[in-house]
Amino acid sequence: MPDHETHDFDVVIIGAGGAGLRAAIETKERGLRTALVCKSLLGKAHTVMAEGGAAAAMGNVWPDDNWQVHFRDTMRGGKLLSNWRMAQLHAQESPERIYELERWGALFDRTSDGRILQRDFGGHRYARLAHVGDRTGLEMIRTLQQQAVALGVEVFMECKVLRLLKDADGRASAAVGYWRPSGDFVTFNAKAFVIATGGIGKSWLFTTNSWECTGDGDAIAAWAGADMLDMEFVQFHPTCMVWPMTARGILVTEGVRGDGGALRNAEGRRFMFDYIPPMFASETAATEEEADRWYDDHTNNRRPPDLLPRDEVARSINSEVKAGRGSPHGGVFLDIATRRSPEYIRRRLPSMYHQFKELAGLDITTDPMEVAPFQHYMMGGIWVEADTGATTVPGLFAAGEAAAGMHGANRLGGNSLSDLLVFGRRAGMAASDFAGGRLGTPTVEEAEVDQICKAALEPFGRDSGESPYNVHRDLQETMQQLVGLIRSETELVRALDALDKLDERTKKVSVTGTPAYNPGWNLATDLPAMLTVSRLVTRAAIERRESRGGQTRDDYPKPDLELGKVNLIQRLRPDGTYELEQVPLPPMPAELAALLEEEPK
Amino acid sequence: MSPDTTAGASPVNQDVSLQVPAQAHLETHPGLSPDGGPSVTLSIWRGDPGGGAFVEYQMPAIEGEVVLDVVHRVQAGPAPDLACRWNCKAGKCGSCSAEINGKPGLMCMTRMDQLPQGVPVVVAPLRTFPVIRDLVTDVSFNYTMARQLPPFAPRPAGPDGIYRMMQIDVERGQEFRKCIECFMCQDVCHVIRDHEENKAFYAGPRMFIRYMELESHPLDTNDRRELIRRRTGLSLCNITKCCTEVCPEGIHITDNAIIPLKERVVDASYDPVAWLGRKILRRTKRSAAEAAADAPAFSSPTREDR
Repeated sequence: MPDHETHDFDVVIIGAGGAGLRAAIETKERGLRTALVCKSLLGKAHTVMAEGGAAAAMGNVWPDDNWQVHFRDTMRGGKLLSNWRMAQLHAQESPERIYELERWGALFDRTSDGRILQRDFGGHRYARLAHVGDRTGLEMIRTLQQQAVALGVEVFMECKVLRLLKDADGRASAAVGYWRPSGDFVTFNAKAFVIATGGIGKSWLFTTNSWECTGDGDAIAAWAGADMLDMEFVQFHPTCMVWPMTARGILVTEGVRGDGGALRNAEGRRFMFDYIPPMFASETAATEEEADRWYDDHTNNRRPPDLLPRDEVARSINSEVKAGRGSPHGGVFLDIATRRSPEYIRRRLPSMYHQFKELAGLDITTDPMEVAPFQHYMMGGIWVEADTGATTVPGLFAAGEAAAGMHGANRLGGNSLSDLLVFGRRAGMAASDFAGGRLGTPTVEEAEVDQICKAALEPFGRDSGESPYNVHRDLQETMQQLVGLIRSETELVRALDALDKLDERTKKVSVTGTPAYNPGWNLATDLPAMLTVSRLVTRAAIERRESRGGQTRDDYPKPDLELGKVNLIQRLRPDGTYELEQVPLPPMPAELAALLEEEPK
Repeated sequence: MSPDTTAGASPVNQDVSLQVPAQAHLETHPGLSPDGGPSVTLSIWRGDPGGGAFVEYQMPAIEGEVVLDVVHRVQAGPAPDLACRWNCKAGKCGSCSAEINGKPGLMCMTRMDQLPQGVPVVVAPLRTFPVIRDLVTDVSFNYTMARQLPPFAPRPAGPDGIYRMMQIDVERGQEFRKCIECFMCQDVCHVIRDHEENKAFYAGPRMFIRYMELESHPLDTNDRRELIRRRTGLSLCNITKCCTEVCPEGIHITDNAIIPLKERVVDASYDPVAWLGRKILRRTKRSAAEAAADAPAFSSPTREDR
């Protein structure tokens, strides 16, 4: 067995994207011994790919904007399933978190009077996204990274966490993982842990997510017994590249539509006008003329239907393609070329321009893009207490995409980046308090640690098993075909069967070489997490027999009144299976509920 | 041991066990049987600090692919343990830098159909950094240099607690903040590419744009010019612009960062008028010593120092 090292910290944060970095800054500033553990190099986490911006009701462009409107937009966008307290905290605290980034060196685009400029995005009544062109995620991760480095946070790069262990009292006490460069095992003992591992996209064939998004955090929390919330709600981003095939799934920012881009079908028709749902009819433009006027005058016109929440747009695109009105490569057209000047497009959307030019040989200032919906974001995940990010496992906290509740059934664009900041900080605060109040040195059973390491190395001992890449590919095909944007009971049940078989195959994969920087072995150790998460998604998708937000059921095409009042919780049973329970939504205070009723001006 | 990156050159420390005939993969791997269709060949450096060699992998050609796509198919097929870094596969994270046909490039943004056809595409790790395995190098040098930088120290905000900056004033800094830390500028910089001994006191182009970004930041109060002169090795750069040429973000590293930085450093240290001005006028920026005390590397070395 390779060498095994052990470290002791107050707080260990798993994941170094926006949420993990923000949590680490908080715990470090509070004087706690902090370790930041991440699978990639520092600064490469998936946050770096975020494009459009961070939503915060600063009111720099439209002074009428405030947290109440942002709260309303978030709750409605989430089809009223969001945790109201998280949506409230998020709407109230986002502006301060953005200004904080500026104090740490971020350079956002400016208004003409020198304040932070804000851009329009789907589902937001006002232009609300602080941004830097279309590379806001890069700006955010670099700012947080530089601040964490300045504070002296200890970073353990290219280190994968396999399992979380509890002490005799059931408190999270150790994380066991391995260094990817050497393959050596490492144990982090700590008084509190924050999971900030992001998404689960790598279980689908076409996704905007990077290789890291294998749901590690969701899985280690579930294995440790944490409650998992609303796992059925997976977001398919309506506009991703479809061609060339190998670029399929690369994100095309919603900013294209926020900045004037229009969706068209093969006939050139702006089809989104045909898909305005009753819930959003009163705030959506009825004609192309009104929609076009809105860009300059939000007060007297309503938002273009191209900027409906993502779930609505994704479903509409899917319907157009199914009806035979799609683009040559199976998407629809996203046209900004005929609507804005080349200079404007290159200034506002530089990386979109670059991305299409390089990968598709297409000039977006002269030709329309082809786009379609692909897996993008996980609304569900680890259940957390709204104010603290505490999970149901003592000593374990979660924030960012791995945590659930904030976005309900569907996330609005731009709400993710501000979510990372608001709840990354809050999880850091609460983890600090927990660690500060925990006496003694966390201890776990040595034998448990040994068992985890032994199990991880098993693929090396098998010489006739199949490649983990084959199993992964089949998992991706399964989820893509059977647990996609549009779902049905028959397909979901078939998916569960397929996942059972994939489970068996995963237990028999074999890898070659040594543990040192071995992607085949790394994938073999990612597979159990992907399978657990895929199963939780599929189970919940079967149970929610309605269509709402990220869950669209062919066999139950309408929202169900009763199911609209519950969240779905899954938790591990001692026998290794998961129980599934409907839990009523937490009751919302009357003054907040009143905000939802309000019709826009 | 650094790999030789010249196409067709004899491999460093040739390890025969790594040399598998290309045809073998086609015969042994299901789904890759030669069907007479078009194919592509990657010649990938495989090895570790002890040495290695180029290994050829012939794969069916697929329209529109980038180099990273083919590397992924090699991993999923004949070589599951082929080490390479990647994350976003969209040119945004800077993880998959390699030397492709002898030139640094992002594997995710280099299309196969834009490379010379009919000959193997040679893919080697960045030469300036020590090899860990195959295409993965130890880039901790860059993280060490980042920790030696005295961080951003903003002046107080206005009475309403909000900073006001004009777009034109943030644009210079925004250009440098486009940097995705692919470290290809560091890789081609001849000050360290062929001179390991210079690494101890040379920050490199990536850090020069970071220093210039802070120099041009409308809010910053740290004066780093003396530190830049004494500790970053800026004077070793003789402006060959190799860094600018390889930057995938098109940052004008030499013209907009290195040359202005050199001028500022010279002005600060040797210009008698500027010296007199500083003596007479009120100082608005913090001194070199004050700034240096802020740099995290001098107070708390971290894990990356290993």
